[in-house]
Amino acid sequence: MPNINDILIMLPELYLVAAACLLLLLDAFMKPEQRGLLHWLSIAVVLVAIYLVISGQPEQPVRAFGGMFVRDGVAEILKVFALLSVAMIFVSPRYYLADRKLYVGEFYTLMIFAVIGVMLLVSAGNLITVYLGLELLTLSSYALVALNRDSALSSEAAVKYFVLGALASGMLLYGMSMVYGATATLDLATLHNAAAHTGVPTLLLFGMIFMIIGIGFKLGAAPFHMWIPDVYQGAPTAVTIFIGSAPKLAAFGMAYRLLESGLGDLSQHWQQMLAALAVLSLAIGNLVAIVQTNLKRLLAYSTISHMGYLLLGLVNAGPEGYASALFYAISYALMGTAAFGVIMALARAGFECENIDDLKGLNQRSPWMAFLMMLVMFSLAGVPPLFGFFAKFLVLQAAIHAGMLWLAIVGAVFAIIGLYYYLRVVKVMYFDAPVEGTEMKMQQDPAMRLVLSLNALSLLVLGLAWGPLLGWCKSVFPG
Amino acid sequence: MFNHLLSLLIWLPIVGAIPVLLAGSGRPNTARWISLLVAVLTFVLSLFLLTQHNPADSSKQLGESYLWIASLGVHYGLAVDGISVALILLTTFVGILVIVGAWEVIQNKPHQYMAAMLVLEGLMIGVFCATDALLFYVFFEAMLIPMFILIGIWGGPRRVYATLKFFIYTFLGSIFMLVGLIYLYLKAGSFDLATLAALPLSMQEQTWLFFAFLAAFAVKVPMVPVHTWLPDAHVEAPTGGSVVLAAVMLKIGGYGFLRFSLPIVPDASEAYAWVVIGLSLIAVVYIGYVALVQEDMKKLVAYSSVAHMGFVTLGIFIAFMLVRGAGNADAAKLGMQGAMVQMISHGFVSGAMFSCIGVLYDRLHSRQIKDYGGVINVMPWFGFFYVLFAMANSGLPGTSGFVGEFQVILASFQANPWIALFAAFTLIIGAAYTLWMVKRVLWGEVTNPHVAEMKDINGREAFVLIAFAAAVVALGVWPQPLIHLMDSSVSALVQQLGNHKI
Repeated sequence: MPNINDILIMLPELYLVAAACLLLLLDAFMKPEQRGLLHWLSIAVVLVAIYLVISGQPEQPVRAFGGMFVRDGVAEILKVFALLSVAMIFVSPRYYLADRKLYVGEFYTLMIFAVIGVMLLVSAGNLITVYLGLELLTLSSYALVALNRDSALSSEAAVKYFVLGALASGMLLYGMSMVYGATATLDLATLHNAAAHTGVPTLLLFGMIFMIIGIGFKLGAAPFHMWIPDVYQGAPTAVTIFIGSAPKLAAFGMAYRLLESGLGDLSQHWQQMLAALAVLSLAIGNLVAIVQTNLKRLLAYSTISHMGYLLLGLVNAGPEGYASALFYAISYALMGTAAFGVIMALARAGFECENIDDLKGLNQRSPWMAFLMMLVMFSLAGVPPLFGFFAKFLVLQAAIHAGMLWLAIVGAVFAIIGLYYYLRVVKVMYFDAPVEGTEMKMQQDPAMRLVLSLNALSLLVLGLAWGPLLGWCKSVFPG
Repeated sequence: MFNHLLSLLIWLPIVGAIPVLLAGSGRPNTARWISLLVAVLTFVLSLFLLTQHNPADSSKQLGESYLWIASLGVHYGLAVDGISVALILLTTFVGILVIVGAWEVIQNKPHQYMAAMLVLEGLMIGVFCATDALLFYVFFEAMLIPMFILIGIWGGPRRVYATLKFFIYTFLGSIFMLVGLIYLYLKAGSFDLATLAALPLSMQEQTWLFFAFLAAFAVKVPMVPVHTWLPDAHVEAPTGGSVVLAAVMLKIGGYGFLRFSLPIVPDASEAYAWVVIGLSLIAVVYIGYVALVQEDMKKLVAYSSVAHMGFVTLGIFIAFMLVRGAGNADAAKLGMQGAMVQMISHGFVSGAMFSCIGVLYDRLHSRQIKDYGGVINVMPWFGFFYVLFAMANSGLPGTSGFVGEFQVILASFQANPWIALFAAFTLIIGAAYTLWMVKRVLWGEVTNPHVAEMKDINGREAFVLIAFAAAVVALGVWPQPLIHLMDSSVSALVQQLGNHKI
């Protein structure tokens, strides 16, 4: 029987569920021209959730509902950044959505439900909770991708996402059932102990492989990356921003819960698999990105390569490695929101600004936007003093520390290859003349400008002062 | 103020770039004056280094150290010795001249140009001050961003190709250094350069690290065969970009050898000194011949830079043969000193040469030697400076170009006369390619009607050239202050060379 303590531990999630339902109701009774109220209310709802997460954070990890739900430091940091990214995403897309007749209440409520899924997933103490959180997140995401239902591209992306996502969920469930068969438990803490004492863990290892496939799919690591380019391109940019930020944090949380909390003692087995996924992701992501002409697709392949770097941190399988991977996930979420934020800011009615050539001469038209995008590109490329460099530095260090110098060198080589396509974007913005006859008007939404500027400048600020964030990341993984 | 002199020197130009940018394209003159003010202030501040720094003391001075990343023990650590002071002064000196040099020349978004120059200046000063390897790396790499923009926006027709090549080449070299630095960090638990210098390393480790450092710094210097980005970058860069690139950025490669290869991996550096010496000689002789056949003035000076930088790497690594092979510390010091003087001198001379070419280019919009001829008839004052710098470039005694090269040749003679012989080739080849270019550009009849219309240098250009000329002559006639400034630091370095790590 759940007691009041269990409820308090889960308060942020329960609050968000209630708030989302209220927003849905409110939306049904509101006139379309009053939607601005819903917009600001949603932002407030998310900000309050951040407050609840931080203020109610217990000193020591606590478990609720018989160990189904864990509230610890890892969960806190992931939730804070996931909610923060959603708050940023909520501020920006009002005009973008309105221009495309997508300015509907569902955008906000679906995204809140998705972030509830993220929060459940990163707090999971049980395989069932992992699955519940994952499904809540992905089902909301499918709907979000299909938000622009009149667009063939959008619908195609949603169907692809749904089919492949369902397949991955099936794999994950299959793996979980095998793990259950081998250890007779679904609780991650019990599983951790049981896995250590299983004689020949063939069944367990098979289960683990299927679970890693599920994780690989969620991360978008090659060879489970097929959905990423289509979904990134097909989804409305306002949704792509989301897909590229909070779910990446969730995927890290899922990998951490399943691999470390659950199968930590089998790390010698999964380290090798993750290393293979990392090399494949680095190679496919960086090489295929070179030939892209569509900016959203380019960023999609760049995501794949970034997940490769994140895996370099996970491969370490120690507190230092998890801290670096978490740091990487946060840095990627910030870079992703900023990159797609610029794309969205430059889009207008009937014009998506999604080809690289659409950015031609941006420095002449809007020097500030060009500057922000340049910060993002150099950060993605890993050039100091921007945030992305330090994230790369930390994962390379984690890989070398794990004795995988070769993996770090592979990472370094692909960083050079990746550099090229990020530089190409800077080149187009700064060195090319604007195409005659096209105009490039910024959306004059001051709130969006502010948030976007803060987001991109944070890459510079955090690059100069990344110590506190790293300290926080390290503190949640006791050695 | 003097407690934070180094931080001020780094951050003043970088922060100063913000008001320059804010002045915007609408008020180009305001932007120009602000950037000149910032550059002059930085130069004046850097002069205080001469009073605050004690050249008799070889240790690092004016130190500042703050914990930057507590959980990794990374410090924001700055300090300078005589070598750094000399290079910082070179940087701030050139910093003013490129701003003045670009005054009316850059009409397209001058505020962005000036801001990029100022940021670049601050970052380069940071490289010369950093005592923490990670901080060094951050400055070292961050430098690429403003340079990338400078070449890409204000460069010549093939600027995009040149700037991408420049960025990717340099990044390629340095990322392996990053892997090496992480390896060292995991071993030593610190990025502090002094700690790393004291860290015992096996020969195998040293060898890998040596080549990782070599990859980074050889590209930057640049040494043969990874020099190919330099001619492209120089040719396409705007005049100011070329000046900074040749005068300061190349020195960072030589400086890196001093701070990383020598103290951290001395035994591997000794074992592979022949590689560097061999490549340096190839640079001096072969690249000299390559320079001879160039038809583009900027390309010619770019190749001559590669050849002259060969003396820097030769002087640094010949010291190993002398200290460890022959036990001749005095000669080693001479060689090392020669390398340092050559770095500073080449900074002035190459900066001046590129400024001269810029003056010509602004008038005729061509860098081809064949388009000129008889320039002396219409631009006598310009001709005076051009000849002076050409003489310095070919190493005429009495100019700065002579001092360093002569010292390096003297030192290498004591190691191996054959090395000295090949190095001394530069006296012939250098004179040949430089003076032949002068002959074709300045002397003879005016054949091109556009040349006849060219006006002599104006006051602004004269200021830049006079400043460079004063430095070149002063250093050539009386190098003693510079040598004194770096003397104890060079002695300490030479002494360090003798320390075996295995």
